[in-house]
Amino acid sequence: MYTDYIGLTSTKVKNVVERELVRRFADSIGDNHPIYIDEETGKQSRFGTNIAPPTFPRVLRSGTIDGLKLPLNGLIHGEQIYHYERPLLIGEEVYCYSKIEDYYEKEGSTGKMGFLKMRRYGEDSNGHLIFTEESITIITETVRRSLNV
Amino acid sequence: MTVLKEISIGESLETILKPVSRMDLIKYSGSSGDFNPIHTIDEEAKKAGLPGIIAHGMWTMGNLSKLFTPYYEDGYITDYNIRFSGMVFLNDVLTLKAELVEKIDQSLLFDVKAVNQHEKDVVKGKIKFELC
Repeated sequence: MYTDYIGLTSTKVKNVVERELVRRFADSIGDNHPIYIDEETGKQSRFGTNIAPPTFPRVLRSGTIDGLKLPLNGLIHGEQIYHYERPLLIGEEVYCYSKIEDYYEKEGSTGKMGFLKMRRYGEDSNGHLIFTEESITIITETVRRSLNV
Repeated sequence: MTVLKEISIGESLETILKPVSRMDLIKYSGSSGDFNPIHTIDEEAKKAGLPGIIAHGMWTMGNLSKLFTPYYEDGYITDYNIRFSGMVFLNDVLTLKAELVEKIDQSLLFDVKAVNQHEKDVVKGKIKFELC
């Protein structure tokens, strides 16, 4: 049962916000703005360097939660919530981990729907929070039954 | 470049995207690392009970925030919440919209959404843009 996992966290993983990854990411969402890509624009900006788009953290790794089994298929992405203390800077190191914040079920038209709320935290090398990224994933009864959870 | 500092309540930012192509979704799969085949391979989408491949919800969410990118010298997005409410199919034409609904001190609160060619919301949520 997913409720047993509420409160569990993964071990922090070090990531680097790589210039080329940001360039490709920005390009793939049709947002080729020089603030993400052009070094000179970054230098001249109030950040002193280039930044990453708000939804970029999806790319970062945050480790796995021991024992948590999620189906590979059939998950529905319900909601996504970002909070930033400041923009993510190109070249910086970010330490990420995830936490299972909540799990609850609601009666839906196709049986009981499970809602899994996971939050990822991104911190700088001094442990100061840069962003959080929360995903609410919907797991249908059919998918849950196939996993026996 | 216009200045976001001067925007008033009820005013909007808006742009229309080119029709969604398979290449858009292949590129997003690569850049995000989300290779779920329902976004790129027709047979896999059909096996999952879909009429055809669908865009990653995060692709649409990623596109939507570009309405704010030109205003990076005015501030930045501190909060961005999205609910995925509809599927996006190949050749869909999405309109991205952000309407200023509230202004509290340095915080600009926008209702944001992407709407398809049938006037249906496919993603909907809020952005808080903090002026500096």
